[in-house]
Amino acid sequence: MADYTKMWTDLGLNLDNHDALLENLGGAYQSIFMLQEHRPEGMGYFDFVMSEAHGLRIQELRDEQEAGRKIIGSFCVFVPEELVLAAGCTSVGLCAGADFAQEEVEKVLPRNTCSLIKSFFGFKLGKVCPYMEVSDLIVGENTCDGKKKSFEIFSQMVPNFFQMDLPQNKAPMARKLLKHEYEAFVAKLEEMTGKRIGVEDLKQGIATVNAKRNALARLSKLRMANPSPISGLDALLINQIAFLDNPVRFTEKVNVLCDELELLVKENKGVKVENAPRVVISGCPMAIPNWKVPAVIEATGAVIVGEESCIGERGQRNTTDDSADTVDGLIDAVVDRYFKIDCAVFTPNQERVEHIKEMAKNTNADGVIHYGLQFCQPYIMESFSVEKSLEKDGVSVLRLETDYSQEDMGQLSTRVEAFVEIIK
Amino acid sequence: MRHAGIDIGSRSIELVVIEDGKVVVSRQSESGYNPVERVHELIADISFDKVMATGYGRASLEIAFDYPTITEIKAYGTGAAALHPGVRGILDIGGQDTKVISLNENGKVFKFEMNDKCAAGTGKFLELMEASLGYQQNTLGLEALKGQEGIEINSMCAVFAESEVTSLLAKGCLRADIALAVHQSVCRRAVGMIKRQDLKTPILFAGGVANNVCMIHLLKQTLGDDLIIPTSPQFVGAYGAAVLAGFL
Repeated sequence: MADYTKMWTDLGLNLDNHDALLENLGGAYQSIFMLQEHRPEGMGYFDFVMSEAHGLRIQELRDEQEAGRKIIGSFCVFVPEELVLAAGCTSVGLCAGADFAQEEVEKVLPRNTCSLIKSFFGFKLGKVCPYMEVSDLIVGENTCDGKKKSFEIFSQMVPNFFQMDLPQNKAPMARKLLKHEYEAFVAKLEEMTGKRIGVEDLKQGIATVNAKRNALARLSKLRMANPSPISGLDALLINQIAFLDNPVRFTEKVNVLCDELELLVKENKGVKVENAPRVVISGCPMAIPNWKVPAVIEATGAVIVGEESCIGERGQRNTTDDSADTVDGLIDAVVDRYFKIDCAVFTPNQERVEHIKEMAKNTNADGVIHYGLQFCQPYIMESFSVEKSLEKDGVSVLRLETDYSQEDMGQLSTRVEAFVEIIK
Repeated sequence: MRHAGIDIGSRSIELVVIEDGKVVVSRQSESGYNPVERVHELIADISFDKVMATGYGRASLEIAFDYPTITEIKAYGTGAAALHPGVRGILDIGGQDTKVISLNENGKVFKFEMNDKCAAGTGKFLELMEASLGYQQNTLGLEALKGQEGIEINSMCAVFAESEVTSLLAKGCLRADIALAVHQSVCRRAVGMIKRQDLKTPILFAGGVANNVCMIHLLKQTLGDDLIIPTSPQFVGAYGAAVLAGFL
């Protein structure tokens, strides 16, 4: 990596903290990703993106800013990238996958807060996330109680914050609320750029994001092969990078990788031994660099064949209809697409259970591991009914509850190993 | 053929050697600060053809001796089914964790649950309570049987429970009554795990805490006679590992 010290200083990063973070991440990445066997060559690009995630990619974003583009940072798959692109802005997902500056965080948040929320506070307070610092606007969304209350505090720490309300059920009134919020978001983007969003802008934004989702759907489908041509860790990494990378280039690279995977599937070449136990992960999102549970699972010899997660199927399934020819019609189409997301903040949320079953069936999974972040009430509450419903259909389920610390690795390994012994 | 099973738990290590289906060696040692060294001592004068390691320290044996390993879930499942054919559930309360395991008609594990990452409601918790109440080692269960019902301990956290016990003592409660309440709280938690998993009977009670007379008494009150107490509850995992070594 080139020397980006000046850029990081300009962004206001704490260089000591940042060095410590990069060193940790580099080590973890080496041991978790680079030591995997039978990696497809196409992963080289994603390794490169990761190695330059705080370097070249940030430089690109700064160059875009120079050219007049605004950078919009967000935490949730409910913030439509289509609208951001239509406004001539760039969308980035913000870091929330590792513990940082915990002592500082606990001065402003209760201890019993989920790791994901604590994490983005830690990155902000420790001044180590260049994406957060480069963002012209940060969007917070009212999903769970933890997030919406913590945004009251977080919004005071950043110069430009936009709060997006979200519905909690799928009734017609709730859809109206979502549309209202997306229109307010469009108005905010227009105010920032000084430009009205037109039909062509929206169509272009939708086309770019649809192409990205189609590429990710192609990847998901290739993982249904037995043996699976790619590890779950690598597939998760690609889904994580989807939030950081330039969407057009990313789509192209995912498709290049998929071409390679298609050949591997034809030759019956798998990333693990044939008949390796196949697992679907379901539950809370795993933001970069949260690779703990997938690493534990795949270390047992099992292969993860799908993620029922925001960073995975839940976030990427369904494309947006681009056939309307008015701004209002296209925004309606965006609302329709996002209104289908089956996040656990919705009640009732039966679609999610059906989706998990469908994924387990389509991927020929031997079992489902439900991943809950400690103190994440929505997903942990749902985990009980998910478990019951899947077991009724004969699908084995293991419920895990953990956080970003490493201290429970032993217990997690024992549980996952025992689960893999059962399903194989 | 002699098959050995070694179970490295957080508090103790068990070794079992079986030959032609019969146990020919069974030994126990405290885990201490260097469990690998303890295993060296345990196996120094015995011979075996195949071996399987289990328990929370199994990985250290994989590294130190290149032994094959299996999780304690599978080891307990196999051990329980071999010792008591027809058993459908296992409650294992060990030094640092509690496990509830469901077995199918063929004695295979199909579901399990373990407690969270702290020592709530485990053998370690009972040891700490024993010390807080000033009892001699391994007498808490017996003393608790002399206690009267009426006190409730709500904290499962060893740290909070200790302060709860201290304040009960300060109030003038009898320590035998408190000891009984401590066992009742551990029992409630274990029964909760059993109910949640809808464990079928008969249930085998294994692990070090299955030596505790008060726990046996309380669990039988709730679960009835469908609770089996093996002769050596702490050796079920090592025995299961030895059986599994035979399939290598």
